[in-house]
Amino acid sequence: MNRLLGSALFAVLLSGVFACSSPERKLPIYGERSTVEKEVDGKVQVDTVYQTIPDFAFLNQDSVLLTQDFFKDKIYVANFFFTHCPSICPTMQRNLLKAYEKYKGNPKIAFLSHSIDFKYDQPYILKDYANKLGVDNDQWQFVTGTKQAIYGMADKYLVYTKEDASVPGGYDHSGYLVIIDPEKRMRGAYDGTNQEQVDKLLEDLDVILKEYQ
Amino acid sequence: MLIRSTLYISSIIGALYLLFSCQSDLSIKTMQYATNGQKLYVTHCQNCHGAQGEGLGQLYPPLTDDQFFTQHREQLACIVKNGMAGEITVNGKTYNQQMPGVPQMSAIDIAYVLTYVTTTFGKSKTHFSQEEIEAFLAKCK
Repeated sequence: MNRLLGSALFAVLLSGVFACSSPERKLPIYGERSTVEKEVDGKVQVDTVYQTIPDFAFLNQDSVLLTQDFFKDKIYVANFFFTHCPSICPTMQRNLLKAYEKYKGNPKIAFLSHSIDFKYDQPYILKDYANKLGVDNDQWQFVTGTKQAIYGMADKYLVYTKEDASVPGGYDHSGYLVIIDPEKRMRGAYDGTNQEQVDKLLEDLDVILKEYQ
Repeated sequence: MLIRSTLYISSIIGALYLLFSCQSDLSIKTMQYATNGQKLYVTHCQNCHGAQGEGLGQLYPPLTDDQFFTQHREQLACIVKNGMAGEITVNGKTYNQQMPGVPQMSAIDIAYVLTYVTTTFGKSKTHFSQEEIEAFLAKCK
């Protein structure tokens, strides 16, 4: 009797284990979307067109022009910062550094930090900053551009940036870390100053890596 | 049976004694200063210097160098209030990044935050007094 009860209990536990293994989780796709209709073999099909990151060309820490080509077939995490930012940037970059260190050497993952201080953060300043932060390969890119280009790009990533003399450091911005997939679509946004959300970012990078492996 | 339970009870007492005796050898006042300082540290310092005073790469120095604290004891208050620039050596490594100060911080607040840093990340057992900080601030360059 005891043995029967034991095996019944075992079966229940086992079913619990399998019931919990839900189908593969996928990250949502953010941004605006529209639909297009097209005819395939005489039938009308509806395709969804998602918001994507437009082409760009920014100078990086090595004074080389960086374009979308660098991120071809890669998942990357983008953010906005400036090197002498006294407020949220150090925490955000400290947290992004954890992700960089975790995926260092993985050719499918890259990082892209845009400086919003277009006056001061010249490539050599970005290079010095990257070195001191502990970034010693090209997997994490630091870029600068004109005010219009960088701030315009922030809008495309749905990250708030503004030149504002009334805040410490002179520039106001939000500390989001945004995941972009190889199809240039936004797949996640995480507050880079919040430990829980940064942990979630690391978790979600593993999830999206599976999607594009 | 009696021997066993006596042994049992005495070991509990022993463990409790160890637990409480290890808690702290700081004075109540020092602990109060450190507790007040923690809040200020989170607001004004933690972004760059980290939750454990670990610093960040070669950008921002850690706050764990007791030798630095001892040697520069008289300048620490000025650094907090006015910031600093130029090369410094901390834990044997050089750093050269401008640090913004917190000019609005009062002497007592500086005493709190320095007590927190030097007792929590460093090995100091004593607090900074308000009078001491005022004297240091009067000599800022």
